[in-house]
Amino acid sequence: MSPISRREFVGAGLAAGAGLVIGFYLPHGEGGQKESFSPNAYLRITPDDKITVVVARSEMGQGVRTALPMILAEELEADWKQIEIEQAGASTLFGDQTTGGSASVRTTWDPMRKAGAAAREMLISAAALSWGVPRSGCTAELGHVKHAASNRSMSYGELAGKASTLPIPTDVTLKQSKDYKIVGQRLPRVDSPSKVKGEAVFGIDFRLPGMKYAVLSRCPTIGGKVSGFDDKESKKISGVTFVGKIGDSAVAVVADSVWGAMEGRRVLNVTWDDGPNKGLNDAAVLASLKSAASKKGANMYAAGDPAKAGGRKISAEYLLPFMAHAPMEPGNCTASYQGTKCELWAPTQVPQDCRDSVATAIGLDPDQVKVNVTLMGGGFGRRLEHDYAVEAAQVSKAISGPVKVIWTREDDMRFSTYRPASLHQLSATLDGSGMPVGLTHRIVAPSISGQKGQPVPNGVDPDLPDEAGPVYAVPNYTIDYVMTETPVPLGWMRSVYALQAGFALESFIDELALAAGKDPLKYRLQMLAKDQDLPYFTTTWKTARMRAVLQLAAEKAAWDKPLPAGRYRGVACFGCFQSYMAEVVEISMENNQPRVHRVVAAVDCGQVVNPAILEQQIQGGIVYGLANALRAKITIDKGRVVQGNFDDYAPLRMEETPAVEVYAVPSQEVPTGIGEPSVPPVAPALCNAIFAATKKRIRTLPILS
Amino acid sequence: MADITLRINGSEKQVSVSPETPLLWVLRDTLELTGTKFGCGAGLCGACTVHVDGSAIRSCSTPVSQVAGKSVTTIEGLGANGLHVLQQAWIAEEVPQCGYCQTGQIMSAAALLAKTPNPTDDQITQAMNGNLCRCGTYERIRKAIHRAAGGGAR
Repeated sequence: MSPISRREFVGAGLAAGAGLVIGFYLPHGEGGQKESFSPNAYLRITPDDKITVVVARSEMGQGVRTALPMILAEELEADWKQIEIEQAGASTLFGDQTTGGSASVRTTWDPMRKAGAAAREMLISAAALSWGVPRSGCTAELGHVKHAASNRSMSYGELAGKASTLPIPTDVTLKQSKDYKIVGQRLPRVDSPSKVKGEAVFGIDFRLPGMKYAVLSRCPTIGGKVSGFDDKESKKISGVTFVGKIGDSAVAVVADSVWGAMEGRRVLNVTWDDGPNKGLNDAAVLASLKSAASKKGANMYAAGDPAKAGGRKISAEYLLPFMAHAPMEPGNCTASYQGTKCELWAPTQVPQDCRDSVATAIGLDPDQVKVNVTLMGGGFGRRLEHDYAVEAAQVSKAISGPVKVIWTREDDMRFSTYRPASLHQLSATLDGSGMPVGLTHRIVAPSISGQKGQPVPNGVDPDLPDEAGPVYAVPNYTIDYVMTETPVPLGWMRSVYALQAGFALESFIDELALAAGKDPLKYRLQMLAKDQDLPYFTTTWKTARMRAVLQLAAEKAAWDKPLPAGRYRGVACFGCFQSYMAEVVEISMENNQPRVHRVVAAVDCGQVVNPAILEQQIQGGIVYGLANALRAKITIDKGRVVQGNFDDYAPLRMEETPAVEVYAVPSQEVPTGIGEPSVPPVAPALCNAIFAATKKRIRTLPILS
Repeated sequence: MADITLRINGSEKQVSVSPETPLLWVLRDTLELTGTKFGCGAGLCGACTVHVDGSAIRSCSTPVSQVAGKSVTTIEGLGANGLHVLQQAWIAEEVPQCGYCQTGQIMSAAALLAKTPNPTDDQITQAMNGNLCRCGTYERIRKAIHRAAGGGAR
C-alpha cells in the first residue's frame, strides 16, 4: 500500500466495511480447530463456548477493546461474559486498520454488527436443522439458541460445528436500537484489571529472548544530517555492543540494557551537518504565516457572498503555536529482523503503514513484515507516525538480532511531529440588531498531509473536511484555507485542525456578541434558531443538533442563574468528526491567572455504545484541551525544538484539573466520533470566561505565554 | 559493575549492575518487573513511582546503590494477596484509560493512605500532584482514593 492520507484511510475503511460480511469471510475452519465456527475474520466460536472477537483497531486508552466487541456481541446475542478479545496485527482482512479521526466506532459499526448478525442467523439455522424444526420457532439469546415450543436449548459452542457447514447469509436483518441489551450499557472496560495490576503489556514492556536495547542520537536541527561520529567513549560503557549510523540523520547506540544504551549515547560524540534550517525560529514561522495570509487560498464552504453583505464590520486575527502530543509512554518498538522476514511489536495507530514503511526501509516485501499491535500508553495521534517502527527494523537489521528502540522523553518532545501553528482571520458584518449577515474565516496553516507528500485535493488539506466546518447558519458565510509550508515536522494531534478552527471561530463569536450587546449564549442560540442543514464536504451539519447540545450544556451549567462573586463563565460549541459538542467553563482569577473550577460538557455523538467510556473520553479530551489552551507551546530556535521534558512543556496536573460533567443527547443516530470533539471548545470557552472576568480578549494561545 | 542485594516485594534479589543505574531500569530490565513505567527520566511525571521503606520515590532518579538493603515495593507487590483496596477502587471508578501512568498513580496513593488513612481533597492533591496523566483521569483518581479510604465515591 502506498502512503495515502488519513482522510482517505477513513473513506477506504467505510467502503471496505460496507462489503465486509460478504467480502472478507475466511474459508470455513481455516486456522481454527475443526469444530470451531469462524464465519468471518472478526469472530471465532469454539465448542468450549468461548467466543473470541478480533479487534482490528489499536487500544490507546479510548476503549476500543471493550466498545467494538460490544457492538458485535449485541447482534450475536452473546452473553458478554463469554467474550474474549484478540488484538489484530497488520492484516489484509479488515480493510484500513488506522486508529484515528475518532473513527473506530463509526467505521466498524456496520461491519461489526453485520458480522455478529450473520453468525447469529447461522447458529439459529444450525439449531433448527439439528432439531428438525422451522427456523421461525427458534430464537437466539445469551449465547444459546432456544426452541420454546419444545423447551430445547443448545449453546453456541454446541452449535459451532454444525453452523460452520452452513452457507453464510448475504443479507441480514440488524437489531433495532430499542432492543439493545449490550450497546448503551455501562459495561466495565475489559482492560482495567490488568492495567491496575501492572500486568498490561505496553510496547515498552514487550521483550524477546536475547533482545538488545537501542537509543538513537538524532540531529537536533530540523532537516540536518550526521556528518560523522566518534564512538570511542560510548564503547567504554559497560554493555554497549554496537554504535552505528541509521539512515542519514541518526546514530544508534545498542546495549544490553536501556541504561547502558542511554549512557552510551550520553558520551557519544556526533558532528552534525545542520542543513538549511539552522536559522529557523518562531519569528520566521510567524512571518511565513503572515505573508501567506494575503494569498487567495481554497474555498471550503460558501453560502451567499459575504462581500455583498452590508452593515457594521468587525474583524480579528487569532494565532496558535506548534504543540506536541506528549503521550505518557515514550516512543518505542521491538523488531526482530531475520534475513527474509522481520517481525515487529509496535505500539502503533497504523500497523499497516508500519508494515509498508518498514518493508521499504529494509528492502523486504510487505508480506515479509509482520506487525503485532501492543497496548499504547496514549497515542493522541503521535503514533500515527511510523518512525519508531522503521528505526527498530533498521537497527535490528544492522545488528542482525532482536532489539527494542526506546525514545526518551526529550527525544519524544524534540523529534515529534507537531500540531501545525496557524493564523486565523475572521471578519463579520452585523445587521442593525447585531446579528451576523456575513462571516468569513480564513485558516492559514501548513498542510500535514501535504508535508508528508500525500495528496491535497484542490489545495485543501484532507483533514479539514472533518475539522473546520460551519457551526452556524449565516446567510453569507465562507471558510477558506490558505496552505503554507514549514520545515517543522507536522503531525495529527488530538482533534487536529479542529482545535485551531474552533478556538478562532468561537472566540470571534463572543466578540460579535459583545459588539451586539448580547449574552454570548443567547447570541449563539439565535444564530442556531432556525433548523437548517449546512453541507460541508461529506458531512451535513444540522443547526438543530448543535442548538440542542448548546441548550443542554447551558441548562446543566445553570447559565441563566447568577454565579457567586468572583466566578465567571464562558461558553463555546463546535462540531468535528461528525459530532456536536458544547462546553461551559467556570473560572475564577487568581494572581491574574485563570483557575478552572468546573466544565459542563454536552455532546451529540449519535447512539452511545458505552456511556462510561464516552464520559472518560470527554473528560480526558477536556483536560487535554485545557493543557493545550493554557501552556502547550513548542518553540523553535536556531532550527531546533526548545522544549524537552515535562518542566518546560507542562501538562495539566491534579491541582489544576476541574470537575467535568458530561451529558449526552439521547440518540439512535449512527454513532460518530467521541475521542476528539471535546477538545476544540475548551480553549475558546476558557478565553471567553477570562474575558468575562477581565475584559481582556485573548487572541493568541497559549494563554499563559 | 557491582553486586547489589535488593529486597523487592519481600524477596531478596541479587543484581549485578553499575551502581549508578536508576532503580527503574534494574526493576524493568534486570528483574523483569515492568509494571513500573518510564515516563520522563527526570522525576517530573511519577510514572516510575515505587515504595522504598514505605515512602513513595521516583525510581527513574534513584541510583540502585541507594536502595541496597532497603525494602522496595513495586506495583507487582502491592496486592500480593489479591487486589489492593486502591486497585479495586481504581476499577470501580473506571479510572484507567491508556493506563500507562496508573501503576505510578496507585503507588503514590498507597503511600498517602498508609500515612493518612482518610485524606482530605487538599491532602490528595498534594500527594498526587507529582503524578502526570495525559488521559486526564485526575478527578477519577481523587474519587478512587476517597473510595479506598472508606469514604465511598464522592
